[in-house]
Amino acid sequence: MEDMIHMDRAMSTQQDIKISARNVQVYYGDTHAIKDVSVEIDDKTVTAFIGPSGCGKSTFLRCINRMNDTIDIARVTGDIRIDNEDIYDPKVDPVQLRAKVGMVFQKPNPFPKSIYDNVAYGPKIHGLARNKADLDEIVEKSLRKAALWNEAKDRLDAPGTGLSGGQQQRLCIARAIATAPEVLLMDEPCSALDPIATAQVEELIDELRQSFSVVIVTHSMQQAARVSQKTAFFHLGNLVEYDDTDKIFTNPQDPRTESYISGRIG
Amino acid sequence: MQSLTTPLFLIFALAVIGYYLAKSRAMQVAGGDIRGLVSLPHQHALNTALATVVPPTAAVLLFALYGRFADTGPSWLFTLVIMGLGVTGFALSLIGIKTNSRARIFAERWILGLLIFASSIAVMTTIGIVFSMLFETFNFFGQYDWRDFFFSLTWSPNFRGNSDLGIIPLLWGTLYVSFIALVFAVPVGLFAAIYLSEYASPRMRSIAKPAIEVLAGIPTIVYGLFALITVGPLLRDYFAEPMGLGQSASSVMTAGLVMGIMLIPFVSSLSDDIINAVPQAMRDGSLGLGATPSETIRQVVIPAALPGIVGAILLAASRAIGETMIVVLGAGAAARLSLNPFEAMTTVTVKIVSQLTGDTDFASPETLVAFALGLTLFVITLGLNVFALYIVRKYREQYE
Ligand SMILES: Nc1ncnc2c1ncn2[C@@H]1O[C@H](COP(=O)(O)OP(=O)(O)OP(=O)(O)O)[C@@H](O)[C@H]1O
Ligand SMILES: [Mg+2]
Repeated sequence: MEDMIHMDRAMSTQQDIKISARNVQVYYGDTHAIKDVSVEIDDKTVTAFIGPSGCGKSTFLRCINRMNDTIDIARVTGDIRIDNEDIYDPKVDPVQLRAKVGMVFQKPNPFPKSIYDNVAYGPKIHGLARNKADLDEIVEKSLRKAALWNEAKDRLDAPGTGLSGGQQQRLCIARAIATAPEVLLMDEPCSALDPIATAQVEELIDELRQSFSVVIVTHSMQQAARVSQKTAFFHLGNLVEYDDTDKIFTNPQDPRTESYISGRIG
Repeated sequence: MQSLTTPLFLIFALAVIGYYLAKSRAMQVAGGDIRGLVSLPHQHALNTALATVVPPTAAVLLFALYGRFADTGPSWLFTLVIMGLGVTGFALSLIGIKTNSRARIFAERWILGLLIFASSIAVMTTIGIVFSMLFETFNFFGQYDWRDFFFSLTWSPNFRGNSDLGIIPLLWGTLYVSFIALVFAVPVGLFAAIYLSEYASPRMRSIAKPAIEVLAGIPTIVYGLFALITVGPLLRDYFAEPMGLGQSASSVMTAGLVMGIMLIPFVSSLSDDIINAVPQAMRDGSLGLGATPSETIRQVVIPAALPGIVGAILLAASRAIGETMIVVLGAGAAARLSLNPFEAMTTVTVKIVSQLTGDTDFASPETLVAFALGLTLFVITLGLNVFALYIVRKYREQYE
């Protein structure tokens, strides 16, 4: 499998730019959480955000689908474009944007509904299923992709909140992919998963890359190296280095990147 | 008559003395090094104070509860006994202070005992109320046929005897008024709560929430006056008379609407707290999937908050059923079985009051019926609460 991924990676040069951020600043009240970050994220690519805890990975990720709008004290400036359209333009409807840019949150947040209804929530709202059979199919496919089907198929009516932490995490992944977003933002999607489930989710990420772009926040260097083609290293709100994953891990340009990946800071 | 004030005061003084004595004795026993003690000095102190105070106080309260003081007051013997209890507890716990004594555990037990005692007072009182009502109700049914009480469709008490005391017209009035009040208060209160918790800016919220809660502070008699002089005539002149539904200013509609206004802050304030308690992560999850704010509220926030909201509504219903003043002034005092909301009717609570005021002797069915009415009301609200618990529990099982 490793070989295959490497081959894919070699083929996938020269991409279109999906998301382009320029001079993004984020403030929480007086805290300057993201400092002048500019980055271009390619289409049909997995991009990994790495960096020590509290450096602003989640904050930046939440800018891309305007989830920071829900935090009263958060203020975002700068320019973020998806498909060359300014997403902070007053004419843009954040609801539509979020249908296009899905998100898996850092903390699993299943709804107090059944497993089935959790996954069916997005498709129902967006009218993606013509009938019950359609919906059933979407739910099954999403749960299978998120590697939860075998555990959940006999208890689809059981509450999603009754699952274990790792199962909830996969339920939230299933819920996010059920709406078929164009961009998927995943904030530490494997933090509570065992190696087997992690491998399955990574497989899913690789599969999603065929049609979407995926941005993943991770604390595992190995995971970043395994799944991503591009890696961005954040430190204290700054984007320190952004390059091909291979290059970041074998030949980092910035001394801070070097010391982080070799385990000296963080 | 012998007052218990002095002995109880002495016991409390003894407890305070015991507190400090125990503390210093514990230090002394430890030889100045408290690490040598199994329980700390303040735990010994607490144990001594509680051992001094609790048994005599409990004895006094128990005797009072069983009405032993009613005619004679506490005897000399009783006073001696409680003083003895206090001194014994004081002495035993002081003597018991050793390096390895487990005063910490005893102190915890005293506190546990106190808490259990407090909760049993609440339970006992409820049971006591029910029994006193039951007793009078039995008296009533000894003089009046229960079938007539529950099934007769007329209410016309007559103090010279030979009354018709059917509860149905009164119950009908109660339920009709409460129904109108809830139909009005629940949507308004709930929508206000949703606006306040989900849409209002913090500034708006800080103004609107107290403003709504002011409604809860208005005495119900003032609401009653409002119903009598404003709402009643208004409804009569603009709705009832033009529609040919009656000429009465007192009506079920008047009382129901005003009671609904009174209930708005109950529903909205409780629901607002409950909706606020739904974690933000839940909303984020829904918004992150591209749901609109109103879809998020309808499909995620409200279902998550539902047990609490149902509780709030049932609480409001209990208030409505027990309300008296607004009904007296708003709906009138005529017992009537009618569907027309613009007609005067009356409720169970109003009749309880009117049966017990004035020249009453507590032996005639006309006064005793008040207790049967009260008990019936109690059973209804109890049933409502049990039903609420059932719904909440069922819902919890499903979702948590
Ligand atoms: N809602 C908020 N209100 C105020 N400050 C916040 C909020 N969310 C994040 N911050 C601050 O912004 C900074 C970046 O936080 P962020 O959550 O983006 O870090 P992170 O890189 O995702 O960390 P982790 O790896 O631990 O998840 C931190 O200093 C944090 O204290
Ligand atoms: Mg984070």
